[in-house]
Amino acid sequence: MKVLVPVKRVIDYNVKVRVKADGSGVDLANVKMSMNPFDEIAVEEAIRLKEKGAATEIVVVSVGVKQAQETLRTALAMGADRAILVVAAEDVHTDIEPLAVAKIIAKVAAEEQPGLIITGKQAIDNDMNATGQMVAALLGWAQASFASAVEIAGDAAKVTREVDGGLQTIEVKLPAVITADLRLNEPRYASLPNIMKAKKKELAEKTAADYGVDVSPRLTVVKTAEPAGRAAGIKVGSVDELIGKLKDAGVI
Amino acid sequence: MAVLLLADVNGGQLATDSVAKTLSAVKSLGEVHVLVAGAGAEAAAAEAAKLDGVSKVLLAGATDYSHGMAEATAALIVGLAPGYAHVAAASTAAAKNVLPRVAALLDVMMITDITAVVDADTFERPIYAGNAIQTVKSSDKIKVFTVRTATFGAVAATGAAAVETISGETAAGLSTWVEDKVAASDRPELTSAKIVVSGGRGVGSEADFALIEKLADKLGAAVGASRAAVDSGFAPNDWQVGQTGKVVAPELYVAVGISGAIQHLAGMKDSKIIVAINKDEEAPIFQVADFGLVADLFTAVPELAEKL
Ligand SMILES: Cc1cc2nc3c(=O)[nH]c(=O)nc-3n(C[C@H](O)[C@H](O)[C@H](O)COP(=O)(O)OP(=O)(O)OC[C@H]3O[C@@H](n4cnc5c(N)ncnc54)[C@H](O)[C@@H]3O)c2cc1C
Repeated sequence: MKVLVPVKRVIDYNVKVRVKADGSGVDLANVKMSMNPFDEIAVEEAIRLKEKGAATEIVVVSVGVKQAQETLRTALAMGADRAILVVAAEDVHTDIEPLAVAKIIAKVAAEEQPGLIITGKQAIDNDMNATGQMVAALLGWAQASFASAVEIAGDAAKVTREVDGGLQTIEVKLPAVITADLRLNEPRYASLPNIMKAKKKELAEKTAADYGVDVSPRLTVVKTAEPAGRAAGIKVGSVDELIGKLKDAGVI
Repeated sequence: MAVLLLADVNGGQLATDSVAKTLSAVKSLGEVHVLVAGAGAEAAAAEAAKLDGVSKVLLAGATDYSHGMAEATAALIVGLAPGYAHVAAASTAAAKNVLPRVAALLDVMMITDITAVVDADTFERPIYAGNAIQTVKSSDKIKVFTVRTATFGAVAATGAAAVETISGETAAGLSTWVEDKVAASDRPELTSAKIVVSGGRGVGSEADFALIEKLADKLGAAVGASRAAVDSGFAPNDWQVGQTGKVVAPELYVAVGISGAIQHLAGMKDSKIIVAINKDEEAPIFQVADFGLVADLFTAVPELAEKL
């Protein structure tokens, strides 16, 4: 079974986000970029499926700017077999919307015929939590979002999902789309020899036009603003003082 | 044109608080029809019919729609959607599973986690774990969105809307439900509680998490946790507060042994009063805390529970 894993290049999760003074967005020039943490989990899960013999080939795909090549190389160094870069934007500040990304991934899937697609549950930049579900919709496949455990059994996958009240287990017919939650696994670091090897792995370059997908946005960004800050608080010296303050504030 | 509001139903019970808050978020958009889906949801539909601002409840009682199964529920909503300008739901795990699928099938963009309705096409939503607030204007014919309910008040329940039974498309054979593991609790629900007490990695073990629970029970509070506490097995996954967990905005949030990473702050920084108990006076949580207590939690938390 071939597994397709879409990965996104995003601001590193440790970087302090700065909103641009003109309100046009978040400053991404000269900022450390990394693979979206949830996508790392998705790549790791695919590799584990391959190590267990449930998957035979892992293809990673990224839709975005040319620099997403680095993100794909990281996935190859972790253990993916080959990569496809779909260039859909030139400016690093252009975020291709999940709907357009999903359309491109669905086209890639039609060509590659994977038995499973694993995506991260959300990207930590736009926090949209939509691409995986949208890919499943466009392909007419089953979906298992927010996965914390995956078991492949024949032509089905048994997936445990993190839901509001606890955990839900469902079975989806393959091919299907699974979206990875935080606790699915802990992604490995790429070793130096594997980073060297990854440089020789195949990385095909395409454009959104190659797939006939219009990536123009449906949502116009009117403005981007800093959130309202909180006024500085105080330190209390004891539990008694804390209780006094909370009583004064009327919350207990 | 009206709003179609997908209600969360768990084990036949309406998630009343989330529906009532979503209703107040969308009230400027016109008439609202609430969709209650799944077998055995008659009581949930009756409950929804009482909420102010609901003009009609649609009850789709087929078992295919039970347990929030995405494929069938999305097919049902897509069938109904042409009659609506907006398809909305509270930002619950169930809605975040289903609505993006609906949006793609309708060829419209999903608008996740809105925090304000500016006008019929324009919404505010947090991005980058709440480090920026974006205002977006949709050019799509139908707007599909989820609402972050934490900052909205709940509508009252003085109404009496009609309940109409409907049927629709399903998605036979794609997926089957196996089981739900949902822990029953007498504590208030995390996203609607007036007080939340959360523990982090500093609590150190599952056994010591009892300190947090004891303090919560003393305050009549819900219990939350940081990702580190959940990953370490101190607390169940559904207690996680943050960018990728639950978003809460209670009157009082008490963070114990939590450092205050941005991903955690994303889930609680709109709380009215924040208390931090941490032994490291440099911990970033103190930057958002109204009242900070630099102390060892193993002495401060029992003392606090004792004196309340
Ligand atoms: C993609 C992604 C998503 C994430 N989503 C979330 C999310 O939704 N929610 C979330 O919480 N995190 C999330 N995180 C993780 C986040 O970055 C932090 O790692 C996490 O919040 C840290 O948890 P913590 O504060 O409990 O642990 P730590 O950062 O280890 O802090 C422990 C604190 O306890 C204090 N302490 C220790 N012992 C004591 C004592 N005896 N008495 C008093 N204080 C003590 C320490 O001083 C320290 O400040 C996410 C991370 C990523 C990459």
